[in-house]
Amino acid sequence: MENLLNIFVKSIFVDNMIFAYFLGMCSYLAVSKTVKTSVGLGIAVIFVLTITVPVNYLIYNFMLKKGALSWLGSGFEDVNLSFLSFIMFIAVIASIVQLVEMIIEKFSPALYSSLGIFLPLIAVNCAILGGALFMKEREYANIAEATVFGFGSGVGWLLAIAGIAAIREKIRYSNVPPPLKGLGITFIITGLMGIAFMSFMGIKL
Amino acid sequence: MSKQEKEPLLSAKNIKLLREPLGSSNPITVQVLGICSALAVTVKLKPAIVMALSVVVVLAVSNVVISLLRKSVPQRIRIIVQLVVIATMVILVDEFLRAFAFDISKQLSVFVGLIITNCIIMGRLEAFALANKPWESFLDGLGNAAGYGWILIVVAFFREFLGSGTIMDYPVMEKLGLPTIGYENNGMMILPPMALITVGIIIWVQRSKNRDLIENN
Repeated sequence: MENLLNIFVKSIFVDNMIFAYFLGMCSYLAVSKTVKTSVGLGIAVIFVLTITVPVNYLIYNFMLKKGALSWLGSGFEDVNLSFLSFIMFIAVIASIVQLVEMIIEKFSPALYSSLGIFLPLIAVNCAILGGALFMKEREYANIAEATVFGFGSGVGWLLAIAGIAAIREKIRYSNVPPPLKGLGITFIITGLMGIAFMSFMGIKL
Repeated sequence: MSKQEKEPLLSAKNIKLLREPLGSSNPITVQVLGICSALAVTVKLKPAIVMALSVVVVLAVSNVVISLLRKSVPQRIRIIVQLVVIATMVILVDEFLRAFAFDISKQLSVFVGLIITNCIIMGRLEAFALANKPWESFLDGLGNAAGYGWILIVVAFFREFLGSGTIMDYPVMEKLGLPTIGYENNGMMILPPMALITVGIIIWVQRSKNRDLIENN
């Protein structure tokens, strides 16, 4: 339990997807103009990350890793399919996003109309594939850890995008030098927020 | 491009395809694409150069492939076809790096894989390769990847030079004898946030030179 909590806190603050690894920057910069839409996108990211990371975890550990196919019989112990992981991960993500979209559309039209436009965007959000790749890189011990990692990364992403959107709403009233307006100042603010987040470094529960 | 006339391979229009992404329609500073995997690899020059080259290869080749396939792929499944083409290219590049440049491939870690979701690649495939001939798509791919690459290399240059006092691992500052008179490297430049601020400053410089690019809201 303590371990899970540790992973959760770490993936939100210390290894924040945006401030530490710059993942999902494209949609972060494009959709962060108002708080409302950016919170919508953030929730969609949490949702998709929490589903795709554990699914990819299962696929990686029971199909792709070296020796992962040994449950098929003794002849498969040396099979190493990990070179296929990129293509598998992205296929899983694209199809799950599609599936989630259809399920939400069927069962909760209200949620669909608020999340709907963001879901297709998410298939190519670097944060989602990044989550799967970090999961592979860090070798989490079991599926619970992987799920918590996915959820925590999503929460960290939501925090970041909601924060920058709130700042951008306010900064419209400030006197920014014209060449810095828009993109330039957003980059610099993100950098400053990143420096603030660095103070969480080394936290361990 | 409906006319079937022979066009010289490097006509003025094609050169423009190659040159515009370097400046006035740069993928990073103007189109805001592909920042995801860009900044994390800019601590040192070497990985940045390798990353830039990988993106050049992946973007140019997948642009050509998609452009060749553009008439036979149904509209509805084009995204998944694009992803498969890109992912295949990225796997090739990744295996190549692992075989011939293992150290750098370790430093780049997950970021080679993240070329798949690099928005530049999807963006160019959607916006250009689906509607243009292979040769133009190839040039567009080269131009955009180079526009991405030079920003990466400039950022990496400043971060390595100011942060570690080296250029391509060559200890410039030490050779100049600066540490003996009290010079210290700015450790801040190595931290991730400074990559964002460096890009912000590049945008500032570029837009104050080219005032047409200034945003008005």
